[in-house]
Amino acid sequence: MRLGVLFSGGKDSAYACWRAMQHEEVACLISVVSRNEESYMFHTPNIRWVPLQAEAADLPLVQGETEGREEAELGDLRQAIRLAMDRHGIEGVVSGALQSVYQASRIQRICAGMDLWCFNPLWHADPHRYLQDLITRGFRVVIAGVFSRPFDASWLGRGMDRETLRELEGIARTHRLTLTGEGGEYETFVLDAPFFRRRIVVQEATPEFRNDRGVYRIARAALGEK
Amino acid sequence: MILLVDLCGKAGSLSLHEFVEPVAGIVRRNGFSGQVRHHLRLTGADLSAAERIILCGTPLRDNAFAARPASFSWLQEARVPVLGICAGMQAVALAFGGALIPSQEIGMTEIRCTSPDPLLEGHDRFSAYELHGAGVVPPESFLVLAESDRCIQAIRHQDLPLYGILFHPEVRNEWVVERFLTLPWRTC
Repeated sequence: MRLGVLFSGGKDSAYACWRAMQHEEVACLISVVSRNEESYMFHTPNIRWVPLQAEAADLPLVQGETEGREEAELGDLRQAIRLAMDRHGIEGVVSGALQSVYQASRIQRICAGMDLWCFNPLWHADPHRYLQDLITRGFRVVIAGVFSRPFDASWLGRGMDRETLRELEGIARTHRLTLTGEGGEYETFVLDAPFFRRRIVVQEATPEFRNDRGVYRIARAALGEK
Repeated sequence: MILLVDLCGKAGSLSLHEFVEPVAGIVRRNGFSGQVRHHLRLTGADLSAAERIILCGTPLRDNAFAARPASFSWLQEARVPVLGICAGMQAVALAFGGALIPSQEIGMTEIRCTSPDPLLEGHDRFSAYELHGAGVVPPESFLVLAESDRCIQAIRHQDLPLYGILFHPEVRNEWVVERFLTLPWRTC
């Protein structure tokens, strides 16, 4: 089955893409760029670098835009999926939804309305097992945004490795945060994945942090050999 | 051993991660050992070794199981507790002569218990996650335990420990699976 993967550039959509590839054919990535930083569905730091990730993975990218108003952005997502159906003949959509009923049920409704299959291969995955597997399988992921205490500027740009996972587990316990960042506590950006033919090399990036919120803003990046 | 039956169209599918593994996780976290089998690969040995059996759900578009009711005829001989979740409830209903009716629900729905039963005791009303394209007309030998505005949400065989629930308990209602795992039941 030919599938389109809803791709934000972060770890969850990249891992969902990799899982989908183990079972079906991923025909394209689909991303929707929101102009609203508070978008419920689509806003992630560094989404402008998704085209470079698609190039790294050697996959076509269907990119849509949205103003990011709560329900109107679903129409914009529908339009991007329609484009992916027309251009790449997809029969189903994959998302990296983990726990969010809000996100998953909206994607399910869109797919049902378009007669598409809907796959959420991370749905209610065990957070620790998932992140361990992500690291073990060679995903290279950096923290691209922090939006909650106790995260500080030192987390921005930090790699997701076993030590980071250990610290995240401590923080999740003491501050009642989700381990995966599902509650919006942190965002990630994928530099390399098992299905990337080349990796992303960050050439220039600036950590911006104020009022308990921060973003690792990538200014220049390029593809490098693996 | 808790037998988790995968009802998806093909064995080892992408949907296994979404519809079977979350339930297997609840089984594991509660200290039970779980074994996953595709419904077309079930053997007599699997069924004999099972202390309890859970039939898991499928994606909205995956209804191939409903065209193979004979592959669930073993349910009529089952003497250990069985819990059918969503597609699993549909399979249970079909195996005993019930029917499916088109009824799509996606997202959270309010559930009302209509008959007392140990499985849902203490939760007269609760919100649950729905993802189904059909409801069931229960077989005559089944009691209705709970409903939503649109569908029958839980059923149980009058004499046997066979349950069906249309909502997905692995999302926000893990207690239903936990309770099923520890429901007292004698082995016939």
